[in-house]
Amino acid sequence: MVPENLRYTKDHEWIRIEGETGVIGITDHAQEELGDIVYVELPKVGAKLEQSSSFGSVESVKAVSDIYCPVSGEVSETNPALAESPEKVNDDPYGDGWLIKLKLANAGQIDGLMTAAQYTEYIGSES
Amino acid sequence: MVDFGGWDMPVQYSGIIDEHNAVRTAVGIFDVSHMGEIEIRGPEAARLTDYVTTNAVGKLKTGQAHYSGLLYDHGGFVDDILVHKVADDHYFLCVNASNQEKDFEHIRSQNKFDAKVDFVSDRYAQLAIQGPQAKATVQKLTEVDLPGIKYYWFADGEVCGTPARIAHTGYTGEDGFELYVAPDQAERVWNEVMKAGAEFGIKPCGLGARNTLRLEAKMALYGHEIDASISPLEADLGWIVKLDKGDFVGRDVLLKQKEVGLTRKLVGFEMRGRGIGRDGYEVQIDGAPAGWVTSGSPGPTVGKNIGLCYLPIAQAQPGQAIQIMIRNQPVDAVTVETPFYKRAK
Repeated sequence: MVPENLRYTKDHEWIRIEGETGVIGITDHAQEELGDIVYVELPKVGAKLEQSSSFGSVESVKAVSDIYCPVSGEVSETNPALAESPEKVNDDPYGDGWLIKLKLANAGQIDGLMTAAQYTEYIGSES
Repeated sequence: MVDFGGWDMPVQYSGIIDEHNAVRTAVGIFDVSHMGEIEIRGPEAARLTDYVTTNAVGKLKTGQAHYSGLLYDHGGFVDDILVHKVADDHYFLCVNASNQEKDFEHIRSQNKFDAKVDFVSDRYAQLAIQGPQAKATVQKLTEVDLPGIKYYWFADGEVCGTPARIAHTGYTGEDGFELYVAPDQAERVWNEVMKAGAEFGIKPCGLGARNTLRLEAKMALYGHEIDASISPLEADLGWIVKLDKGDFVGRDVLLKQKEVGLTRKLVGFEMRGRGIGRDGYEVQIDGAPAGWVTSGSPGPTVGKNIGLCYLPIAQAQPGQAIQIMIRNQPVDAVTVETPFYKRAK
C-alpha cells in the first residue's frame, strides 16, 4: 500500500504536504517489517530538524529503528495519541498513525524525494 | 524472511504478539528444521556422550531426554543441546543450527573412546507444536499414546503415516511436542498439523515469537545468554552440571569456579522506566558500568518489559536497582526472580 499523494524516503518515511506544513510518518512497508510497535519516541514541539537527521525512534517487539526527517523544518505538532496507543502506527500508518508535523524550512527539498511509483519500485528491489 | 545461518526463516507470520498468545492459550507450530542433529552410536556411545556433556547421561533411561551443555576445556559453551537416549548404544543430539558443524568437530575431537559420531542434520526436519492444545492436536495424527510420553521423554512412531521421533520437549515454557521427520515429509506433516489444530485456532509461529516465549520462560539462547566465554554456572545453569558424575570436558574449570566462587551471574530484570533493555545494552549501578543485557523484549504474557543481564555476583540478586543505558540514557530497572513466566500445571 503506497498512496499516490505522498513522497517517500529510502528509510521508509512518508511526507504529505499541507500548505506550509509537512505531515510525516512511516510507510506501511516499514510498519509491516517492524511488526507490533510498542514505543514511539518523538521530538518536542519547536525542535529544529535537519533533512536526513534522526528525529526519534519506533520500537517494536523485535527491534528499535531510528526515524529520519525527509526534509528540514521545525516541529509544529506531534501525534499525541501515540504515547498511549503506539499500535496506531501499525493499524493506520498513513492516517491516525502519523508521527509529526513540520513547518517546512525549504519546500524545494520535496522534489528530491521519491514518488509513489519510485518508492514502490524501491521496496520491490529491496526485498 | 531473515537469513538465519543460511536458512530463510520467517520472523513472524500474523505478528509476534498474536503468535505468542496463540502458544500460551491454544497452540502454535514452528518450523525449526534448521536445528542440527548429531548421533553418537556404538558400545562406547554413552561414555563419549557423557564425557562431552555436562549433564549425567548415566541417569537417562531409554526414551528419555535432557538439556545439557557441550563445553570447551576452559568451561565455556560450545553449544547447549538436547540429548535423547534412543538405546544403550545410541544417543541422538539436537543442537543449534549455527553451531552444528562446530559441535560435530568438537565431539569428534574428544572421541578417545572410538564411538561412532554421525552428522545427520540432512535426515531430519523438525516441527515444534507448542501450547496447551498441542497434545490434542498431535494426538489426532498419531497412534502413539501421547499422554504416555512424560515431559522430556520421547517415542519413535508414526505421525501422518510417516516415521517420526515424537519428543515431549520444547522451547516456549509451554507444554508441547517436537517432531523429527524426514525432510521430504515435513511440508505434508505441517499441513496436516495445521488442519488438526484448526479447531483450536492453531497459528504458524516465527522466530520472533519463539524468542519472546523462551525469554519469558528464561531459556537460554546461544549467542546471547551463553557462548564460548560463559560457563554454565555463570549462566545460572548449574542444574545441568553434574560435577560428581566423573570426568567430562570443562569439569576442572567448573570445579574451580565453584571453589573460588563466581565473579558474575545471569539475572532477570524488569524495566521500571519507559523503554526496553535490549541485547548488548550496558547495565549500570549507581552510574558505573556493571554488566550487559543478553536479551530483552516486551513479555506479552507477563505484560512487562523484561530481560536478562550479567551482573557482578554481589549484585546478581533479585531486588537490585539497576539502570540500563538505552540510547545513551540511563533507564531504571530492577532485578527480579525468574522465570518470568511459569505455566500452571
